[in-house]
Amino acid sequence: MKYDIVIIGGGPAGLAAAVSSKENKTDNILIIERSDSLGGILNQCIHNGFGLHTFKEELTGPEYAARYIQQVQELKIPYLLNTMVIDVKFHSITYINKTEGMVTIEAKAIILAMGCRERPRGALNIPGYRPSGIFPAGTAQRLMNIEGHKVGKKVVILGSGDIGLIMARRLTLEGAKVEVVAELMPFSGGLKRNIVQCLDDFNIPLKLSHTVIDIEGKDRVTGIVLAKVGPDRRPIAGTEVHYECDTLLLSVGLLPENELSRKADVEISPITNGPVVDDELQTSTEGIFACGNVLHVHDLVDYVSEEAALAGKEASEYVKRGEIKRNTIKINAENGVRYTVPQRVDPKSMSDLLTVRFRVANVYTGRYICVYFDNTLIKKTKKKVLAPGEMEKVILKKEELAKYPTITSITIKTEEE
Amino acid sequence: MAYDVIIIGGGVTGCAIARSLSKYNLSVVLLEKNEDVCSETSKANSGIVHSGYDPEPGTLMAKLNVKGGAMIEQLSKELDFDYIKNGSMIISFDKNDAPQLKELYDRGVANGVEQMEILSGDEARAIEPNLTDEVQGALLCKTGGIVDPFNLTYALAENAYINGVEFIFNCPVTSINKRNNLYEIKCNDKKTYRTKYVVNAAGVYSDVIHNMVSKKKLHITPKRGNYILFDNEVENFVTHTIFQLPTKLGKGILVTPTAHGNLLIGPTSISQEDKEDTSTNLNDLDTVTNQAARSVKNIPFRKVITSFSGIRAAEDGGDFILGEASDAENFFDAAGIKSPGLSCSPATGEYIADLIVKKAGANKKDDFIATRKATIRTKGMNQAEYTTLIKKDPTYGTIVCRCEQVSEGEIIDAINRPLGAKSLDGIKRRVRAGMGRCQAGFCTARTLEILCKQTGMEMSEVCKNNKGSEVLMGDDE
Repeated sequence: MKYDIVIIGGGPAGLAAAVSSKENKTDNILIIERSDSLGGILNQCIHNGFGLHTFKEELTGPEYAARYIQQVQELKIPYLLNTMVIDVKFHSITYINKTEGMVTIEAKAIILAMGCRERPRGALNIPGYRPSGIFPAGTAQRLMNIEGHKVGKKVVILGSGDIGLIMARRLTLEGAKVEVVAELMPFSGGLKRNIVQCLDDFNIPLKLSHTVIDIEGKDRVTGIVLAKVGPDRRPIAGTEVHYECDTLLLSVGLLPENELSRKADVEISPITNGPVVDDELQTSTEGIFACGNVLHVHDLVDYVSEEAALAGKEASEYVKRGEIKRNTIKINAENGVRYTVPQRVDPKSMSDLLTVRFRVANVYTGRYICVYFDNTLIKKTKKKVLAPGEMEKVILKKEELAKYPTITSITIKTEEE
Repeated sequence: MAYDVIIIGGGVTGCAIARSLSKYNLSVVLLEKNEDVCSETSKANSGIVHSGYDPEPGTLMAKLNVKGGAMIEQLSKELDFDYIKNGSMIISFDKNDAPQLKELYDRGVANGVEQMEILSGDEARAIEPNLTDEVQGALLCKTGGIVDPFNLTYALAENAYINGVEFIFNCPVTSINKRNNLYEIKCNDKKTYRTKYVVNAAGVYSDVIHNMVSKKKLHITPKRGNYILFDNEVENFVTHTIFQLPTKLGKGILVTPTAHGNLLIGPTSISQEDKEDTSTNLNDLDTVTNQAARSVKNIPFRKVITSFSGIRAAEDGGDFILGEASDAENFFDAAGIKSPGLSCSPATGEYIADLIVKKAGANKKDDFIATRKATIRTKGMNQAEYTTLIKKDPTYGTIVCRCEQVSEGEIIDAINRPLGAKSLDGIKRRVRAGMGRCQAGFCTARTLEILCKQTGMEMSEVCKNNKGSEVLMGDDE
């Protein structure tokens, strides 16, 4: 089979990319989803707070997904469910499912929208036993919200990423006792609103600069030991506190799922763990685009949808025009700015406006976000608070860039007074 | 009714003995205290098939090591498990250590180890570019190998089982008494098992079992070793198994590829009295990290996926205890099996089985089935193979574990095959679902479902391994 655009993943990014591809007049599209329904991780996010930017109303995860699924169905975009893509190459995709076996299809453009996975306990090298009762927060979320199971009664959560915070509230509402949320860093990686609504409102303590240094229980978790960490993030002797619990939830980071990107020889950023992309969201492999959490971990699904719509539009343009030589320049992330997406831009063929998203490395108060074209300061915006948990953005204007025809790079950084 | 032989312990040694005995007309039962075979020392070790330069020449250990290593290579074809003869390298950090490398070489020659070579530091680095500049010399042993320790054990057990050996699980032995020339073994399942011959392959508990019948007491000091495992993305970081020159404390921290393409570093060696403590701790993990970094450079620590610890059954006398107990007739020990116990296992199995067969005067079976097929692996299949497979059984078309590409069909096979998996760990060790970089975060929910559907278990009954390790909480009592 031959397609114009094949989208890998039917979660929020894949759905929005498909809708946008179709709206941009590409007809021959296919979405490939490995689960038994479209919607991705949104299906298990039964809390509200989605869609404030996109739909100007507060939706639950499944409701947000349903809006896009409905559009996909109305636009008659075909999709495969229960189908796992196992290989991606330049213009070709190999997938497996129960009915067709292993199939290789061709695509003029491919949009990577595989999302991300949770970092496991092992990645942190938390010492102790390896009993049952240790769950990545998202796995616990799925077991509770989709399958309807009870994962624990007395719970400690390590990591204050958004899923961990949401699960602290969810477990409490389900009758479990969440003893504490511990965070290795001196700041939370989650959204401020989640700390307030999920912890503060339920009197769940958040211990910053703390980590789990021992897991007890040979069969099921019976307790954990928490300790304060120093600036080197190593535990400080004498600060150990024991917690009795039957469950340890981990919300210690998300990893963009890039097995397929690597197979397609797409360049991966060591900071985002996602593909390096240009202003069209095209990766280093021609005709392969990326959006959503496979590209970089987002804080709000609304931004995923917005980014995916851009990927869909640009993939459509690519299908219509074919490859053209683009002269991109680098967007540097410096001084407190950890990364940017996109990492490159072509000032000549870019859209009139380009949203560059980024995250900062630490909590900063009263800093400026500065944009430089080479060494010339172009824009300086004061921010009351900057936090790693919240994505930031700057908008680059084509007309502004056009004033600097010899520009070699753009730099985004934070600056103090 | 009495059995001819009861084997206590379903680790790799017990299962190898079971398989060797299953070639004969003997009634054999294996008692295992856990819910599955391969649940203790055999599941948490380096997975190395040692070439045999290390044991003292002339000892039984040396003989069994060299023979066992060769047998594992042969068995990997007959019983279909992963084995790679990747070769090993023993490195030294000091020019003055040259005599010790030579001594190991000579010991290897005396033990009958072939294809050894002494290399300079630069020669070693030419073969293994990630060795540190500190490396001054190396002994290269091309016959060293790596094996999937889980499926080696499962293969031996399954093959023993289809050849008539009975396996009883969740059955820790509580007492052994002799009455009328028969041993009476009581387990905490309240049953009494009677047998002519007993084999003690109880690993870290082999002293306890031995001491139930013998006045010549054994004492095992379990030695705990911490390991760190890396994502198979770092495949080929090293191709050989890299040992440091052994010290009195053991073989030291090694750096090795696994039979599945992961990178493994460890183990430490901490003596303890507790036979159950398999926890890891920060100091140990730091030791592993620092020692491994002495051997190889640029270890990709961002790619760690898990750490674990295993305990080795080191008897205080320092050697394996193999053979009939001197004051307990018909009671055979395979006790104190530490490294290189995995490498020796098939030879140990044969050695113990021979002793019993001779005493019992048993005859060989005519209908012994010598081969066993592993589960079908979908990973790496080509299009034609895959499509044919899915026509036959569509469950192979649903991928459950993304990291290791394991299909529903493979998990069903792991559950339904002889001595199949009953727990999440049992599935993981057999077919690798949950063994990859997300450590079962993605597949747990699906695997639970499949296990329940295939076995009729309730969700709340499913365990990670033994009873007490239920994954989910039942409704409130």
